[in-house]
Amino acid sequence: MIGYILKRLGLALLVALAVSAITFFLLRLSGDVALAIAGEGAQKEDLDLIRKTYGLDRPLVVQYVDWLWQTLQGNFGTSLYFKTDVSRLVLDKLPTTIILGFTALGFALLISIPLGVLAAVYANSWIDRLALAIAVVGQALPNFFFALILVMVFSITLRWLPVSGSGTWLHFIMPTIALGYYVAPAFMRLIRAGMIEVLSADYIRTARAKGLPTHKVIFKHALRNAVVPVVALTAVQLGFLLGGSVVIETIFALDGLGYLAYQSITYKDFPVMQIIVLLLSILYVLLTLASDIANAWLDPRIRVA
Amino acid sequence: MSEAILEVGGLSVDIATPRGALHAVRDISFSVKSGETLCLVGESGCGKSMTSLAIMDLLPKAATRTARRLAFAGEDLGKASRKRVNTLRGDRMAMIFQEPMTALNPAYTIGNQLVEAYRQHRSASEAEARERAVYLLGKVGIASAAQRLGQYPHQLSGGLRQRVMIAMALMCGPDLLIADEPTTALDVTIQAQILRLLADLQRELGIAMVLITHDLGIVARIADRVAVMYAGQIVEEGPTASLFANPRHPYTQGLIDCIPVPGRTVPGGKLGVIPGVVPSLIGEIRGCSFRDRCSHARDICAATVPVKETEDGHQWRCILENAV
Repeated sequence: MIGYILKRLGLALLVALAVSAITFFLLRLSGDVALAIAGEGAQKEDLDLIRKTYGLDRPLVVQYVDWLWQTLQGNFGTSLYFKTDVSRLVLDKLPTTIILGFTALGFALLISIPLGVLAAVYANSWIDRLALAIAVVGQALPNFFFALILVMVFSITLRWLPVSGSGTWLHFIMPTIALGYYVAPAFMRLIRAGMIEVLSADYIRTARAKGLPTHKVIFKHALRNAVVPVVALTAVQLGFLLGGSVVIETIFALDGLGYLAYQSITYKDFPVMQIIVLLLSILYVLLTLASDIANAWLDPRIRVA
Repeated sequence: MSEAILEVGGLSVDIATPRGALHAVRDISFSVKSGETLCLVGESGCGKSMTSLAIMDLLPKAATRTARRLAFAGEDLGKASRKRVNTLRGDRMAMIFQEPMTALNPAYTIGNQLVEAYRQHRSASEAEARERAVYLLGKVGIASAAQRLGQYPHQLSGGLRQRVMIAMALMCGPDLLIADEPTTALDVTIQAQILRLLADLQRELGIAMVLITHDLGIVARIADRVAVMYAGQIVEEGPTASLFANPRHPYTQGLIDCIPVPGRTVPGGKLGVIPGVVPSLIGEIRGCSFRDRCSHARDICAATVPVKETEDGHQWRCILENAV
């Protein structure tokens, strides 16, 4: 198990390295850093001076190795727009995004597990169809549109929740719902399919033959086995959540990493973009690893070899 | 003779299929006295398993059960609430299934699965339940039982898993044990061990047992009474000795002819075969369902066939007095 984890960590390192290289070169293709620093309509002499000062006149590969070396030492550079240390900037915003990620995930599981179980237990009944309808709407509705509907209902009409900002926990409610509902359908369908399969398993009949009450048969014997693939999906969905948070945080002006990513793209803030992409990809790789470990732990056939 | 622990009267099981209702079990009646072993025999698809599942109320959703009488220890199961059935199941009536490889939940330890029914039905502590589990695992011949409790099903062989299933069924000391082809999925050498174990436990604990099998060799050795099923009906039922010595129904005779007998069957010679196949059970079935395969068939077999009976309780559904 330890060897397996170490091997996976090594692999994660390689992935992070590859991502850093790809983003570095892609970002350089997307625009001129010197122009971003100097601003539109800068003189050629100024641009040349900036290129010389920042070392942008060197070959791209040299620049990348230099950037990588600095980054590995914890020196992430200075934001071109905010004029502050990138590490400071990112660390300030990270907690907001992590909180939003987990509350959204929690919300998604909170609605998808009961709905998925109900849909499976009452398969092909009106309950199943209602759950399906809820899932289809969640999947078909673009999350920014759903977010705007929430704002209209809860902030403008009912005046219960603040429209935007990130001051209090109230500010997190609508982003959580909007983002959670966006990833819930995938969970729901997986739980429904898993439960339907597991409920027809021989060991469920054994459990019923023992005279166990229905709730014990469903939640102890069936759900435990149906939930294993859900753990694997969680990592993938967290990736979606991180991506979705760029849109949702921007709509609600929730001051997190997603909003910062949006701002850095708008202002061509290369050092910030570079670090955010790297950070998100590392997070994603670590989450995948965590889900693999959780999976191994949940399935005794892997755990107790 | 003691009272009947299980009474089945006019039990039918219909399964909804796209081509119409499949009559898996058709109006069968039998009873099992406490401490008695009844063997249900017949070929695959004759309704043996459906009968056992119907008694335990474990039929799949597509199947419906009807019965004039279905009683356990005098209590009408047809009228019992689901809650009441749950309190009987696993406590006073237990079941062992065909497939030990899949009948245990892969996510929980043997110990966990053994104690849960006991704790459900008796308000016993975890320690008491584990003690009982260790005792029973020893009883079904599992060595170092205490260590086995922490193991998962995938760590055990098929034979061991079936022993665990037997121990699990015996946890609450049931009055009735239904074993649905408990050895079919096992190696031949293990089959004999498991059956001997079941027969010994049945005798020792005085449980009534319904053993479902298609192996007549087993039946001759351990059954008190035998019921032969064909196409969803019981075609012959009687005391084991009487049924084997004097089979009345041509189908029973055919089954017995299929068993090789050491000394009498010529090595390399042909065993008996029953020509033809089991008729479809979808739609209405009239007359004797065996008549297409029967050498004694006559025109009157297409009409409703009477059930005949001798004084010792040997019944058969045929126009003949004797198959031979």
